[in-house]
Amino acid sequence: MSNAAGPMIEMAAVSKWYSPQFQVLKDCTTSVAKGEVVVVCGPSGSGKSTLIKCVNALEPFQAGTIRVDGINLSDPGTDLPKLRARIGMVFQHFELFPHLRITENLCLAQEKVLGRSRDEAMAKGKALLDRVGLSEHAGKFPGQLSGGQQQRVAIARALAMDPIAMLFDEPTSALDPEMITEVLDVMVELAREGMTMMVVTHEMGFARKVAHRVIFMDRGEIIEDRNKEEFFGSPRSDRAQLFLSKILAH
Amino acid sequence: MLQFDFDIILKTLPYLLREGMVFTLTLTALAAFGGLVLGTLLALMRLSTIPGLALFATGYVNLMRSLPLVLVIFWFYFLVPYIGQAILRTERPVEVGAFASALITFTLFEAAYFSEIMRAGIQSVPKGQLSAGYALGLTYRQVMSYVVVPQALRNMLPVILTQTIVLFQDTSLVYVISITDFLGAASKVAQRDGRLIEMYLFAALVYFLISFLASLLVKRLQARTAIIR
Repeated sequence: MSNAAGPMIEMAAVSKWYSPQFQVLKDCTTSVAKGEVVVVCGPSGSGKSTLIKCVNALEPFQAGTIRVDGINLSDPGTDLPKLRARIGMVFQHFELFPHLRITENLCLAQEKVLGRSRDEAMAKGKALLDRVGLSEHAGKFPGQLSGGQQQRVAIARALAMDPIAMLFDEPTSALDPEMITEVLDVMVELAREGMTMMVVTHEMGFARKVAHRVIFMDRGEIIEDRNKEEFFGSPRSDRAQLFLSKILAH
Repeated sequence: MLQFDFDIILKTLPYLLREGMVFTLTLTALAAFGGLVLGTLLALMRLSTIPGLALFATGYVNLMRSLPLVLVIFWFYFLVPYIGQAILRTERPVEVGAFASALITFTLFEAAYFSEIMRAGIQSVPKGQLSAGYALGLTYRQVMSYVVVPQALRNMLPVILTQTIVLFQDTSLVYVISITDFLGAASKVAQRDGRLIEMYLFAALVYFLISFLASLLVKRLQARTAIIR
């Protein structure tokens, strides 16, 4: 059931183990309201990517509950493909389909999942491609584009599904420095339009600019979950402070 | 001193091609296609998380790969009529015919080899590609058919074609069930006219040329079809 008033993404005591000895997520509880932009940061290996992948059930978890738009992921009756189609996801390594042209990348799921006609899917795809400034590359293959361009196509591909929320898993980590801005610009624009976003990133500039909240994770735990102003402002945990001092040092 | 008569080749060429080579090429093409389709299914079964499916596919592949092809050809030729009888519940063994029997055998046999190729190909597709497919809302079947298998096929095309060249040579084994393929046709002429050396030399040359040219072609294709990454 869809609930307009409640949070878009709701996590309660989510825990995940890779083995009985190794717990990657420890009792993670948080939520993302409709239209909210939440940045998740933390040192590598802290479980932030794993956490975000749990949101659309790409990663299974053993305890706790996650609800997206009121739908419980662990409910055996939940149609996961159908739910995933409503949540956009952007990956660190873009993951465009290398054997398909850009237009096909944009149309595939629109046609196969949403049942849109070719014309409809194409029109949507072209419009989004135009929006991310890549219209002239429509007929190319992903490998012919730069990393930054591929990531923008990947964002357009996710948006083509008219998602209710977008998940970004370190979208700029695999990019050369000069390409980071072009991707962040698209994301900033999206945030300003009111898209619900959960973003795993180290780009604190992006967090400062558009995030409403910042979640800091370490060793599988959510250490801090605060408003942006509070997080970047005064009191905070030692671990978050240490992390921030490291990534903001330069 | 031996007397060679190479005119015999020219004289019998239409027969060799029409009777023999057409059969050889038809069997190769059909068995390669069938084997690839069945092999891909077997590969998917083998990689599936359903234990029964994986076990069946593994057993099948290992069995086929442990038996000599000639033996399998024989067995199927004699067994298929009885299997057909059991399935269709007819009174007599079903007449299958040598061609159908050979086609079924080669398809089933090649499927085992193609399945190993496709398994490697499917595993060569990065896991992130599957995640991307699922994240877009595609189902397992859709992820496999639109994302994974097309990439696996492309990655494995050179190996698939090389295996098909091997199959092309292996089809000559149908002589054991008295089918006239290219080699069989050459052999018939050789026996009839006592021109063993000329005919077998010619047959060898034809097999060599076709296989060699095909492998050259595969090499060129490889450069062209590689996915730009």
